Amino acid sequence: MRSASWGRVAFQSFNYTFLIMVSLLCILPLVHILAISFSSSSAVSAGDVTFWPVDFTVKSYSFILDNPRFLASIGITLQRVLLGTGLSLFLTILTAYPLSKETSAFRHRTLFAWFFVFTILFNGGLIPWYMTIKMTGLIDTLWALVLPAAVAVFNIILLLNFYRSLPKELEEAAVIDGAGHWLILWKIMVPLSMPAIATILLFTVVHHWNSWFDGMILMNKPSHYPLATYLQSVIIKLDFENMRQSDIYMLGLISDRTSKAAQIFLGTLPILLVYPFLQRYFMKGIVMGSVKG
Amino acid sequence: MNTIVNRRWKRQWPLYAMLIPAVILVIIYSYIPLAGGVIAFQDFKPSKGWFGSEWVGLNQFRYVFELPDIWKVVRNTIWISLLKMLANLVVPIVFALLLNEIGKSFMKRSLQTLIYLPHFLSWVILGGILIDILSPSEGIVNHFIQWLGFKPIFFLGNNSWFPSVLVLSDTWKEFGFGTIIYLAALTGINPALYEAAVIDGASRFKQMLHVTLPGMIPIIVLMATLSLGNVLNAGFDQVFNLYNPQVYESGDVLDTLVYRMGLEDAQYSVATAIGLIKSIVSFIFISVSYWLAYRLANYRIF
Repeated sequence: MRSASWGRVAFQSFNYTFLIMVSLLCILPLVHILAISFSSSSAVSAGDVTFWPVDFTVKSYSFILDNPRFLASIGITLQRVLLGTGLSLFLTILTAYPLSKETSAFRHRTLFAWFFVFTILFNGGLIPWYMTIKMTGLIDTLWALVLPAAVAVFNIILLLNFYRSLPKELEEAAVIDGAGHWLILWKIMVPLSMPAIATILLFTVVHHWNSWFDGMILMNKPSHYPLATYLQSVIIKLDFENMRQSDIYMLGLISDRTSKAAQIFLGTLPILLVYPFLQRYFMKGIVMGSVKG
Repeated sequence: MNTIVNRRWKRQWPLYAMLIPAVILVIIYSYIPLAGGVIAFQDFKPSKGWFGSEWVGLNQFRYVFELPDIWKVVRNTIWISLLKMLANLVVPIVFALLLNEIGKSFMKRSLQTLIYLPHFLSWVILGGILIDILSPSEGIVNHFIQWLGFKPIFFLGNNSWFPSVLVLSDTWKEFGFGTIIYLAALTGINPALYEAAVIDGASRFKQMLHVTLPGMIPIIVLMATLSLGNVLNAGFDQVFNLYNPQVYESGDVLDTLVYRMGLEDAQYSVATAIGLIKSIVSFIFISVSYWLAYRLANYRIF
């Protein structure tokens, strides 16, 4: 093996530097916001804060964590994530199984597959969607955030493609041993599909944690807002109606920017905590489900 | 005859049973709203409902095409989404090629973890961050610009800057995630091809040009064709959380217009008509792009 050429060394050092810089660029905005949230409002308004807190303080956090609206919205989001992810994951596992069969094993498979796929190709639009949910009486309930999106067709396709990539012999052996579909699904398909299921789990949790639009239009009372909707109303819209008189007074003391920064960070924290652990499944989970060799 | 049907039914009924819950939910929350699209042909009044409102034929559609802003909004939508499609195609390919040169190591995994991260943050969070860091008086970006000796720029309130902010921030959020697909395609390239290239005296750059890139062509074609179906989706979440009346001129897109007309101005039928036109055009684009993907890259959804 001859030693690397000069050009190769030059390229590699450029490559490493460039990639590290771009990767840092992906998290620096977040680091900046974190630094602002822990800094005093005077240091922030003087423009002294870059990537490290100046005059370290947790005032903005204690202000937010005292706010009953914020805490209530976290409670709603936690319920939503648990209920929504549980239901959606169960339905995805269940629905993908029949659709993964060949037509010879399940006669109407293609018909049902198109029945589901059609809904991602064509939809009635925002207003009829809203009217339907209103008609089914879900407005202002937790179910409005969970039921209409419970059947996630993209996830079903991802998982059914994964089921199909598993060796057929396993299933044949189980059938000979007398196993029915229910047993095959839960004892063979599901345990073997863990990379895909972990990927879908992460997507679904993140989806429910991040969803704000449905909360905004399906919840009439701001006290029913999930966290993301609440954050949208205070960070983006700056909804003064939503604030109590005492809050406006307190805001004068801690500054709008530090408290917004703290809320942004708290709203992101769970994702930052969960993501690194599930991240390693992506490659396998996504690729085997979507890009077939 | 009957026994064959019986035996097949015995084996297949659990499969039908498994589909029942999802089928019911999809009928209620996807197919009923689809039928509800008929209000685009009505003068819909909530008090009279779907069945009692007056039918007006194509009047709402005529009204849509006469809206003074409609073509501007269509232009914005297509322009913004085309730029995003281009950036989201090219940048991930470049990054996959560069990351591929780093071999399998702790370093590569750490870089990947960092660049995927923004994909998992919502546009509410990122909107909050961007509004703060791009603020003309207080934002860190403008502090830096002023430190370099330039005038501060009001990125989110200026029509010549706003589309670029949309495209750049979207690319920043999504490029890492896009590289996953291309990196996966790279692992599928036969190592024997590289060995053969080395024997023929190919440098690393030549290997990339003649082995790696051709190996990626099918997946590039696939991603490019599939993205065509999204040409009328310029990203509602992002635009809604970043825009303001000052940049409607350059940033208002079809979905935000539907939202404002439907839910803020209560023009239900007009908003539904716009949504329906968008859905039909999108449906055509998606069908064509899937057909192309099938012909060009032999891709099937399932």
